[in-house]
Amino acid sequence: MSTATETIEQLANQDYKYGFVTDVEADTIPKGLSEDVIRLISAKKEEPEWLLEWRLKAYRLWTSMTEPTWPNVEYDPIDYQAISYYSAPKKKPQLESMNEVDPEIRSTFEKLGIPLEEQKMLAGVAVDAVFDSVSVATTFREKLADIGVIFCPFSEAVREHPDLVRKYVGTVVPYSDNFFAALNSAVFSDGSFAYIPKGVKCPMELSTYFRINAASTGQFERTLIVADEGASVSYLEGCTAPMRDENQLHAAVVELVALDNATIKYSTVQNWYPGDKDGKGGIYNFVTKRGTAAGRNSTITWTQVETGSAITWKYPGCILQGDNSVGEFYSVAVTNNRQQADTGTKMVHIGKNTRSTIISKGISAGRGQNTYRGLVRMGKGATDARNYSQCDSLLIGDRCGAHTFPYLEVRNTSSQVEHEASTSKIGEDQIFYCRQRGLSTEDAVNMIVNGFCKEVFRELPMEFAVEAQKLLGVSLEGSVG
Amino acid sequence: MLEITGLCAGVDGKEILRGIDLSVGAGEVHAIMGPNGSGKSTLAGVLAGRPEFDVTSGSIQYQGQDLLEMEPEDRAREGIFLAFQYPVEIPGVNNAYLLKAALNEVRKHRGEEELDAMEFMALAKEQLEVLQMNADLLNRPVNDGFSGGEKKRNEIFQMAVLEPKLAILDETDSGLDIDALRIVSNGVNTLRSPERSTIVVTHYQRLLNYIVPDVVHVLSGGRIVKSGGKDIALELEAKGYGWIDGVTTEVSV
Repeated sequence: MSTATETIEQLANQDYKYGFVTDVEADTIPKGLSEDVIRLISAKKEEPEWLLEWRLKAYRLWTSMTEPTWPNVEYDPIDYQAISYYSAPKKKPQLESMNEVDPEIRSTFEKLGIPLEEQKMLAGVAVDAVFDSVSVATTFREKLADIGVIFCPFSEAVREHPDLVRKYVGTVVPYSDNFFAALNSAVFSDGSFAYIPKGVKCPMELSTYFRINAASTGQFERTLIVADEGASVSYLEGCTAPMRDENQLHAAVVELVALDNATIKYSTVQNWYPGDKDGKGGIYNFVTKRGTAAGRNSTITWTQVETGSAITWKYPGCILQGDNSVGEFYSVAVTNNRQQADTGTKMVHIGKNTRSTIISKGISAGRGQNTYRGLVRMGKGATDARNYSQCDSLLIGDRCGAHTFPYLEVRNTSSQVEHEASTSKIGEDQIFYCRQRGLSTEDAVNMIVNGFCKEVFRELPMEFAVEAQKLLGVSLEGSVG
Repeated sequence: MLEITGLCAGVDGKEILRGIDLSVGAGEVHAIMGPNGSGKSTLAGVLAGRPEFDVTSGSIQYQGQDLLEMEPEDRAREGIFLAFQYPVEIPGVNNAYLLKAALNEVRKHRGEEELDAMEFMALAKEQLEVLQMNADLLNRPVNDGFSGGEKKRNEIFQMAVLEPKLAILDETDSGLDIDALRIVSNGVNTLRSPERSTIVVTHYQRLLNYIVPDVVHVLSGGRIVKSGGKDIALELEAKGYGWIDGVTTEVSV
C-alpha cells in the first residue's frame, strides 16, 4: 500500500466524536413487541383512541409482512423481540421552559453543538431536540407561533392539533407502505411536527436533532411537515448516537405535504454511529421519507448527507401530483470501513409538466459498499414531464464497491428522462499532484472529495454546508492510501 | 542549490537511473536532454518525490538538506516545483482554490501570513497578466477539460504564483504550438533570477531557443554522458544523439 493509501486509511479510522453515553435515569419499557406494548406506548403518550386504533392496524399488518431482502446490504436477522420500543428520560412532566430540561441532557446537546438555550442558538434556527423516544426541548416556539407556524413535538401535536395530524398523518406514507413503515406506524414515539399556514414564509430554519442514548432500544420517530398554500419552509435534521457494540435500529417515517405554490426544503445530516472499523455495532438506519407535492407549482427538495450508520436503507421520494410541481433530490452518501448504504430516491410524476432533478454522489472507502437505487416514473397523465438524473460514484482504495440501480418507467410519449452516471477513483496521481503543490494527503483527499460533492453541498443551508464538509472530512479520515 | 551524487533509482525493481551526478547552482538554468527512455522524467519524478520511484543508492542535497528524507509536500513547501509532463485533472476542484491552498501552505511554511481570498485573487490576476493568460483559467476545475496547451500554461501559471526556488519543467514543451511555446518560455524567463534555479527536461532543442540554458546535460541509459554549454543542444539538433559516445538509442519505457 502506498503512503497515500495509508493516510486515507488513517483518515477513515478517526474516532467517532459523538460516541459518548449520557447517564440519565430512563423510563424504559421491557423488551419485546406485542399489542400490549403498543397500548402501553399509546397510554404513556396519552393518545386519543383513533391513533391507538391506527397503531394496532399497522401492527397487525406488520406481523403478516416480511422484511425486504432486495436491498443490496447484508446483516444478521434482527430480533424484533430483543428491542425495547420506548425509552424516555425520567422526571419529565410538561416542560415549562428550557431551564427545566435535565442538565445532563442539556449538556449532551451542548456537547453535540446544539445549545438549547435560545439566546445561545444560531440566529435563525429553531430546534426540536429528540432524546431517545421523546422530544425534550423545542426552541423559538412563541416567536414562530406569532406568525401562525406550529413547530412542536409530534406527540404534542396529536394533543394540541389533532385535526391537522389526523388529516395528514399516513397520507404520504401509509402504514401499509413497507415493512419498516408499518413497524414505525405501530410503535412510533416522538418526532417533529410543523405546519406553515397559508402564505407564510417561515422566517427561520426549523431543525430537529435526534439523539439515541439508551442501550437496546430502537428509535422510531415520525415527522410530519405540512406547508399550506403559498407557504415555504426549510427544515434540517441531524442525528447522532453513542458507540455501542450491538446494532441499534432506527426506523423513522417522514411525511411532507406541499399544497399549491408551497415549498418544502428538507435537509438531513445523518451521522448515526457507523460501527467500528471491523463492522461491529452501529445503527441500522431503515427509513421511509416521502413528500407529496400535492398542489400546483409546489416544490419539494430533499438534500441528504449520509455519513453515519452501519446500514442505510433510505429513498426520500417525491410524489409530483400537482401540475408544474417540482421534486429535487441531492445526496451525498459515504460508506467507509464496513458501512453499507442502499439509498436513492423515487420521483413519481403524476401531474402535467412536472419536473424532477436527482443528483447523487456516492463515496466508498475502506470496505464500504454504496448503492444508488432510484425510481423515476412518468405516469400516463404526466405529459411534458421531465427528469434529469446524475449518479456519480467515487472510490477510494480498491476494496470498496459502488453500485447503481436506476429504474425508469415511462408511460407517456411526451415526457423526457435523462440519466447520467459516472464512476471515478481518487487516483494516486491526483494526490501526488496536490502534494507536489504543498498540500498534505489529508487536505488533498478532502479537497477532491469536497469538489466531488460540491453540487450537493451548495443545496444545504449555509451554516450546515460548512458542518457537512467537516463531517465528510472526519468520516473519511484514515481512508486514503 | 542542488547536489545529486551517484543517484540510482528505478520502478518495480527495474533500474532506470544508474548513477547520476549533477550540481545545479543558484540562478542557473540546466537543460536535460536525451532520447526516449533515457531516464529524464524519472529524474524529475525522483526530485519531486513521486512515490512509485525507489531510490536504491546515492544522495540528493537540496539547500543543505537531505532531499530524499523529505515528503513530497515538504519538498514543495521548501520551494521545489515540478511542472508535470502530464498535468493531472481534478474534476470539481476549482483551479484557484487548489492554488490558494497551495500558496498558503508554502507561506505558512515560510512563516508568512496566509492570504485571504481577495488578496489571493489580486495576486493571481496580476500573474495572469504578466503571463498573458486568460483569467478564466482561475475558475475552471483543475486541468479538467483543458486542452494540452492550456494544461501546460496552467503549470507555468502555478509556478509563477508559487515562486519556487527550484523549478523542474518536465517536457513542458511537448505538444505545444509555437505561440504556446512562446508564452510558456516567457513565463519561465520572467521568473529567472539569481536565487532561482531551473531544470528544463526536454526532447528538443527548440525550447532552448527561448529558454537559454547555462548548462546542457545529455542523459542516456540512466547516466549523464555529456555536459556542456548550449552549443551541445544545437549539435544534437543537427546530428541526433548517435554521435555522442555512450548513447544508447533504443526506445524503451
